[in-house]
Amino acid sequence: MSHEDGKDLEVLTFGLQGEIFAVEALSVREILDLAAVTAVPNSNPFVGSLVNVRGKVVPLADLHIRFGMEPFEQTVDTRVIVLEVPLEGEATIVGILADKVFEVTGLAATTMEAAPDIGIKWRREFVSGIGKRGEDFVIVLNMERIFASRDSEPAGKPEDAGSETVTAF
Amino acid sequence: MSSPDPRDVFRNEAQELLEQLEQALLDLENAPDDGELISSAFRALHTLKGSGAMFGFEAAAHFAHGLENAFDLVRKGKAPISGALIGVTLAAKDHLRILIERPDEALQEESDRILADLSKAIGSTGSQKGGRATETAGTAESETAEANPATTYRIQIRFPANIMDNGTNPLLLLDELKGLGSCTVSPLTTRIPPIDAIDPNSCYVDWDVLLTTDKPRSAIEDVFIFVLDEMELHIEEVAIENKRLGEILVERGDAPAAAVLTALSRQERLGEILVKEGATSEDRVASALAEQRHIQTSAAKAQQKAPQASIRVPAERLDNLMDRVGELVIAQARLREIATTSQDVALRVVAEEIERLAAELRENTMSIRMLPIGSLFGRFRRLVRDLSQELGKDVQLLTSGEETELDKTMIERLNDPMVHLIRNSIDHGLERPEGRAQAGKPREGRVELSADHSGAQVIIRIRDDGRGLNREKIRARAEEMGFLTPGVAVSDNELYQVIFQPGFSTSREVTSVSGRGVGMDVVKRTIEALRGSIEIASTEGAGTDITLKLPLTLAIIDGLLVRVGQNRYVIPLSMVEECVELSTEQDLRSKSRSFLNIRGELVPFLRLREMFKVTDEISPYPKVVIVSADDRRIGLVVDQIIGDHQTVIKSLTKLHSGIETFSGATILGDGSVALILDIDHLIEFGRVQEERLKAS
Repeated sequence: MSHEDGKDLEVLTFGLQGEIFAVEALSVREILDLAAVTAVPNSNPFVGSLVNVRGKVVPLADLHIRFGMEPFEQTVDTRVIVLEVPLEGEATIVGILADKVFEVTGLAATTMEAAPDIGIKWRREFVSGIGKRGEDFVIVLNMERIFASRDSEPAGKPEDAGSETVTAF
Repeated sequence: MSSPDPRDVFRNEAQELLEQLEQALLDLENAPDDGELISSAFRALHTLKGSGAMFGFEAAAHFAHGLENAFDLVRKGKAPISGALIGVTLAAKDHLRILIERPDEALQEESDRILADLSKAIGSTGSQKGGRATETAGTAESETAEANPATTYRIQIRFPANIMDNGTNPLLLLDELKGLGSCTVSPLTTRIPPIDAIDPNSCYVDWDVLLTTDKPRSAIEDVFIFVLDEMELHIEEVAIENKRLGEILVERGDAPAAAVLTALSRQERLGEILVKEGATSEDRVASALAEQRHIQTSAAKAQQKAPQASIRVPAERLDNLMDRVGELVIAQARLREIATTSQDVALRVVAEEIERLAAELRENTMSIRMLPIGSLFGRFRRLVRDLSQELGKDVQLLTSGEETELDKTMIERLNDPMVHLIRNSIDHGLERPEGRAQAGKPREGRVELSADHSGAQVIIRIRDDGRGLNREKIRARAEEMGFLTPGVAVSDNELYQVIFQPGFSTSREVTSVSGRGVGMDVVKRTIEALRGSIEIASTEGAGTDITLKLPLTLAIIDGLLVRVGQNRYVIPLSMVEECVELSTEQDLRSKSRSFLNIRGELVPFLRLREMFKVTDEISPYPKVVIVSADDRRIGLVVDQIIGDHQTVIKSLTKLHSGIETFSGATILGDGSVALILDIDHLIEFGRVQEERLKAS
């Protein structure tokens, strides 16, 4: 899925364990420090907790789990990106954890490419395109697909400690 | 903000008027001679006609006009109220609703057919005036005002001199007039002859009366009904506006316009000049002055009254207000948290003040949203009437507790499930009249609706005196469909809960009303979505009793805040019975059995730590919160009981909608999020978990 309309795509870039990801800047509501997190028992570990965003209870998603990365660890750079994602046709406010937030930048449409079918370890449908930023690749995520996916487990890591949601399969 | 479309305003208003009309019609069925009800129906029709024409609903206005004419005959006693008339008028009311809400779909033929039926029902005099074309907006406007409270009439009364000969006392008539509203009476004494020529039995005085009343013009005529033929009576409507004396005199024909204009040009006191000129008499001026005063005071009164009158507010704004108040309560909880840890006395005082204000504001806002449940019950009368005719069963609907108040959102959402339950009661519950007679019951079946407050809950009951539920039949069907294991004992309530399973129906025949096994599961789901519960009790042969328990409001509840591991949870306080400590001995023994002895009663308990897979260090003194759900008492073992908490309910997103153990979340004083426990689902979850353990 590339963006053919020829315009630059405004994105917010952020880091997850050394990899640079991006989400469309239009969908970003705000960026917050990680404050008190409330775990939701027996929930899908991908969205296993809730945070308070200005008086709203917002689910917090951990992409580390979705992408089968090392478990998330909080550092001084940890941020919560608050996004608006369409969920079953309803705009829903969600937060995602980022190890580091870089900047809002334009990705030239000409440098955007579709995700290759090999050489990428997560599902292609989660990636809406790959852009270039200087020497680095930026992976632009399709948040709608990521949240719509009912799978609670990452593809490469079948057992996840403490999860009871195996019935989801 | 843009002002609302006046047509929408009319549609809203029409909605209420149509309901008023329907209520009046249904009441009339039982009390056909009640003049107040007939007037009420007439007024509703009249206003619908007037406003309809004003806002361009020509077809509706025309149709309402035909109805109004029919009811005018009834009102005047020229046509009796009959069952047929009410039936046609109810159909007409439905048609009128279509004309107003979806004018494009309404058929002219339908209008004509109903009006024809109506004139048949009312007798030949019915639609004489029905053909009159729709009025222009102008007259419609003034007629609307007539139906509204406080119209001012100018009444000019002139009795014949011999009026007292047959026992009429003009003063009594005037007193009667005064009884209709606020009234200014001015006597006109010009006809009084010199004292030697006076016949003490004659009446020489005329009166001008200004009457501000909410009664229709006919009420004024009724006062003079016995002398109307002999006297002169002029009744005119007067617009309430500030009028000059000259305008009043001219309007009443008491002085020629030219004389008034000349007088005005002289810039002297108008009344005096006119009298001097002989254009009018002194007491006519005095009477006109009195009229001016009356109108001024009426206008002033109307202004004073305005702020007390009710205001129409879009429901959406009330929802917004509630949201803001919810946020305020959360912010206030934070303030309190900061204040209690602070040494600053001034800050603490302000925090307390704000806490008090926030609590008052919350109560006020909630009370604005409260509506009496009677508005909901009222809608079912029509349903019961139609169903009883469709199914050929005599049904009497009894309602009580209409004044019980409930959040407006609840009332709106309760409509569909209650319609379904009432349909079931009438279709399945009540027997046919013959069957009832055989069973020794009155032929007329009864459905009772009642509402009552009980703590923070509202209890709504739907009771019928029909055949009741057949335990064996339900049991057999439930086993057949795999909802129950054969041979396992279940309580009545548990057995009856099977009825709410999707697809469950014992009815072999499917009627247009019910029996498809669709619906009861939807009823249950809707009630649960409102955080309520539904219970069934039934005695075979004597009837079924369905109880809905609902929270008072959807927005803010009183909760008990507890801690399990690092997380805090809110248990709805209305479900909490008591809190006890879990002794070490009981704690240890519970490896094999998990129940407590509470004053001789066996109370099983669930450990929330285990259910929520909490792994951090165990708190040394666990507590048990005893909750009651579905007639049972269950203990919930928690690490700590923190205290009561004003809980602003925030719903969970779709991402967490699959987790039924939580009904929502709230934000605590320190800004963190706490989950609200859904006790019924939590218990169910615990039961399933335990069974899985036993199986493995």
